[in-house]
Amino acid sequence: MSPNKTDSSIPRLLLVDDEAAVLRFLKSILSNGEYTLYQAENGHAALAAAATVRPDLIMLDLGLPDLDGVEVIKRIREWSQVPIIVLSVREAEDEKVKAFDAGADDYLTKPFGARELFARIKVALKRSLQEAPEPVFCVGELTVDLVKRRVAVRGEEVHLSPTEYELLRLMVSHAGRVLTHSQILKRIWGVTYVEQQNVLRVNIRNLRQKIEADPSRPQYITTEPGVGYRLKSE
Amino acid sequence: MRNDEDLRPSPETLLRVAQAEEEKERAKLKIFLGYAPGVGKTYAMLEAAQLRVRDGRDVAAAYVESHGRSETDLLLEGLEQIAKKGIDYQGVSLPEMDIDAVLARHPQIALVDELAHTNAPGSRHEKRWQDVEELLAAGIDVYTTVNIQHFESLNDLVAQITGVTVRETVPDRLLDLAVEIRLVDIPPEDLLQRLKEGKVYLPKRAAMAADKFFKPGNLMALRELSLRRAASRVDDQMRAYMESRSIEGPWHVAEKLLVCISGSPFSEKLIRITRRLADEMKAPWHTVYIETPGVGKEVRENRERVWRDLRLAESLGAQVGTLTATQVAQALIDYAHKNNITKIVVGKPAKARWREFLRQPLVDQVIRISGSIDVYVVSIDPGGEKAKVTAAAPAPRKEVPWGGYLKAFLLVMTTSLVCEPARHYLAPTNLVMMYLLAVVLAATRLGRRPAILTAFLGVLAFDFFFVPPRFTFAVTDTEYFITFAALFIVGVVISTLVSRSRERAEAIREREQQTSSLYYLTRELSASTGLDGILSALLKNIEESLNAKVAVLLPEENRLKVLQESEELRLDIKEMAVADWAFRNGQPAGRGTDTLVSASLLHLPLQTTGDTFGVLAVRLQDEVEYHSPLSRRLLQAFVSQAAFAIERVRLVQQAEEAQLMHARETLERALLNSISHDLRTPLVSITGALGALRDQESILEEDTRRDLMDAAWEEAARLNRFVANLLDMTRLESGALKLKRNPADVEDVVGCALAPLEPQLAKRKLVVSIPPGLPLVAMDQILMTQVLVNLIDNALKYSPPEAPIEVSARVDDTVLTLEVADRGPGVPESDLGRVFEKFYRIPVPEGAGGTGLGLSICKGVVDAHGGAIRAQNREGGGLLVRVTIPLRSNDKGV
Repeated sequence: MSPNKTDSSIPRLLLVDDEAAVLRFLKSILSNGEYTLYQAENGHAALAAAATVRPDLIMLDLGLPDLDGVEVIKRIREWSQVPIIVLSVREAEDEKVKAFDAGADDYLTKPFGARELFARIKVALKRSLQEAPEPVFCVGELTVDLVKRRVAVRGEEVHLSPTEYELLRLMVSHAGRVLTHSQILKRIWGVTYVEQQNVLRVNIRNLRQKIEADPSRPQYITTEPGVGYRLKSE
Repeated sequence: MRNDEDLRPSPETLLRVAQAEEEKERAKLKIFLGYAPGVGKTYAMLEAAQLRVRDGRDVAAAYVESHGRSETDLLLEGLEQIAKKGIDYQGVSLPEMDIDAVLARHPQIALVDELAHTNAPGSRHEKRWQDVEELLAAGIDVYTTVNIQHFESLNDLVAQITGVTVRETVPDRLLDLAVEIRLVDIPPEDLLQRLKEGKVYLPKRAAMAADKFFKPGNLMALRELSLRRAASRVDDQMRAYMESRSIEGPWHVAEKLLVCISGSPFSEKLIRITRRLADEMKAPWHTVYIETPGVGKEVRENRERVWRDLRLAESLGAQVGTLTATQVAQALIDYAHKNNITKIVVGKPAKARWREFLRQPLVDQVIRISGSIDVYVVSIDPGGEKAKVTAAAPAPRKEVPWGGYLKAFLLVMTTSLVCEPARHYLAPTNLVMMYLLAVVLAATRLGRRPAILTAFLGVLAFDFFFVPPRFTFAVTDTEYFITFAALFIVGVVISTLVSRSRERAEAIREREQQTSSLYYLTRELSASTGLDGILSALLKNIEESLNAKVAVLLPEENRLKVLQESEELRLDIKEMAVADWAFRNGQPAGRGTDTLVSASLLHLPLQTTGDTFGVLAVRLQDEVEYHSPLSRRLLQAFVSQAAFAIERVRLVQQAEEAQLMHARETLERALLNSISHDLRTPLVSITGALGALRDQESILEEDTRRDLMDAAWEEAARLNRFVANLLDMTRLESGALKLKRNPADVEDVVGCALAPLEPQLAKRKLVVSIPPGLPLVAMDQILMTQVLVNLIDNALKYSPPEAPIEVSARVDDTVLTLEVADRGPGVPESDLGRVFEKFYRIPVPEGAGGTGLGLSICKGVVDAHGGAIRAQNREGGGLLVRVTIPLRSNDKGV
């Protein structure tokens, strides 16, 4: 742990990785004064730091020498909702799903660009800093008014079925984050539907037909192949 | 006058010397040769062994018998003795050399006493010299002892000299095999003295013969024999030395001897004589047996003896053969010409003069037509041997054709009845013709002897019934005696001729059957491509043609395993062990051979010149068959045909494997080249750009810095893509990639494929046509997305920036079709099929930078879905890649 700065208004980032080169790279691109950086080289150190430092965001590698990253997520989630971005070389979809289901907020496959990383950090921090969602969600030409239950594209109102609206509302409340298939199915259709992915696919398709300009190149609801969906937040 | 050229050793000579030298590298046999028991062979052998031990060699006594003599015991001290094996025989345990123990111990030198010893029944080999051969083959040097009278070729000579027949014999080739022969010699007087002092051990049964044997005259003759044998051996070595150095000497012209045997009691002697002659002339020699169809029955009776003679000849170093011919002399001369024989050895028969008058003796026939070939006529003294020989010959199988004789009698009665009424119209001489007719009938139907009986009865009946005075055997007209004689002689001649031609036909038929069965086997073998086909063809043909039970054993993981067998034939552990021995030693074993004779089957190795592939185990009909050269030869022919067929299959297999290996190697080389190229190239740009930025950042223009960074960034992305491709490929090929088929929205799949390509697509025109309302299709969404990414990426790379890219999807009744089309240069028609091969790159300038893996990954994925992927050139230019995925029955429309 090496706190660079102690100003409480500056977001505290906990970097967890056992590769010195990766830590060095992360520290060099993130030490621009915007964040206070803490680091941990293994799972237990990460858990300890999460409790003592109380970071605003954790960036976690899955392949740690002592504990598996997914296990670390689960243990943190037992007492904290701090956003967790997974940085991993594991690109298999079931790995991603495991991380998301354990409670990860985002997942970046190594190697990644700095710009991508900054964007993800920003989204995650935004969500953690303002807990209560805005009553009106706007991205691009899409407007979702959660109070009036109205959805509009380019100012024109779009009529959604109750299920489609619930689906969209769920995604709005997790905008910028990936929702796995099972998370969505559980929340909207109930536990018994967890295996019924077709239902979800059909509803997503219908939703896209209504809100996307070109459903084959969706702008708002993007697919994380094999993992789930993400609503763009900006 | 020879010139220098001629004085060089001929290539053949050098080859022989080289072979001899090579043999020296192999295990050495040293023989301690004596002329009688008691000369001190064992003592000499042990002395030599002690010397070797002192030299530091690893010596073990495999079998040494001291017979309680203290000097010998003293020498045995300090030598390792391998425990003997007790073999139970009729309630008595006989100590024998434990050959397996010796092989396991594997000393450098093994001491084996009494080379001529006959092993107890139930041992692996019949004779100890066979054990010695196996030790030598295993690379163990052997010291052994033997007396001169035990050598095969001298056997009868010794019997002549001493009057004692030695039964335990050793083939002469062991003498030739020996690298060194140590003659153990003491004067006969000393030997007799030792005998008197009781220092000579004699087995109990030999003790009685000892008086007869240990006579000064005998001993002197035997001593001379052994000295001569040893001297001739030295002579050989001298000759070889001189030849190898091209020292001129009185060389023999190349002689070749031939001896013909007939299965007669004297054949054995003829063979031994020929061997001695051949030895003296340093000439190779042949032994042939000529089978004449006319004496088919006797042949069968003589088979055992002929077979034994041929084996004897073979063990004495002859090349043996059997021929079938009607004219023995002509066949012999033909064989001689074909094999460049210079001298023929024939026995002088002791037949009565009158028989020579009837038929020219073989000797005369041979001499008459021999031409330039010398003929040695050897006298054979039939006296004394006759009794022995007849005892040795197997009792001929007497089958008495009582039925035939009865029929002959009836035939004559019938003829007489027919003639009775005809008597009034025909002259008596014509009645004789009727009887002749009966004789011919009997000869063709009943065989020779009933036919002769018919002739005899015919004469009697003619005399009794038709020659006046009738109903008596008295004859008034003496002229009738001529008629009688003529009738009888003609009858006998006809019956002999007819029956002989019948037997000949039978023999030919037998031969023909064998030839045709061999032909059928060959035909079936050449038609079968697999091992199973070959084995079952072999099995079937042997079963049919020899009426035998067969099993074929081939090695599997170093152990023989029965692959195919006849019904009712089960191989027990013992037979398996015998088969194993035959396989490892590449020699026949079991019943009918010299090795492991107590087995109930004959085991023949399936062998070509190069290799032993397995073993054929046969149960033949009866004992005679096991020894019959005919069946053995036929079996051998079957076995070698099958072995060649197996070799052929193996070679084809190996060729295919080699080809596959070659292809794999080529691929691996291509893979390595490609990987090193594809990994390094991006690294060049990245390290170059980073290096420039680190070292010269201050002097670089802003634009240049931007370009360098962009280049490094793009190349890093490319590198990442390539690694991902490689990983995908590896997973696909190792089978680790398991399809997760879930109903997928085709539009979503296309969308997912387009998303990562957005940066490249931004400046390009893309036409996506997906009809609304497509059903969900079961597929692995991630992998199919990857397929589309690769296809669209290729289209982007290989087509000009202004040309549109078209992506379309449609579902027909049962098939989902995805198409990606571009307006690039397309692919040469001849290469259309190859684009999906690994590391195929479309021949375009370097810049396109494909990995050569993208399309093969696509093919792997599509194949796994049970679909198809094809590339075709479009009208108006460009490439169209079409992927078709069959729908599953539960893919339902929405």
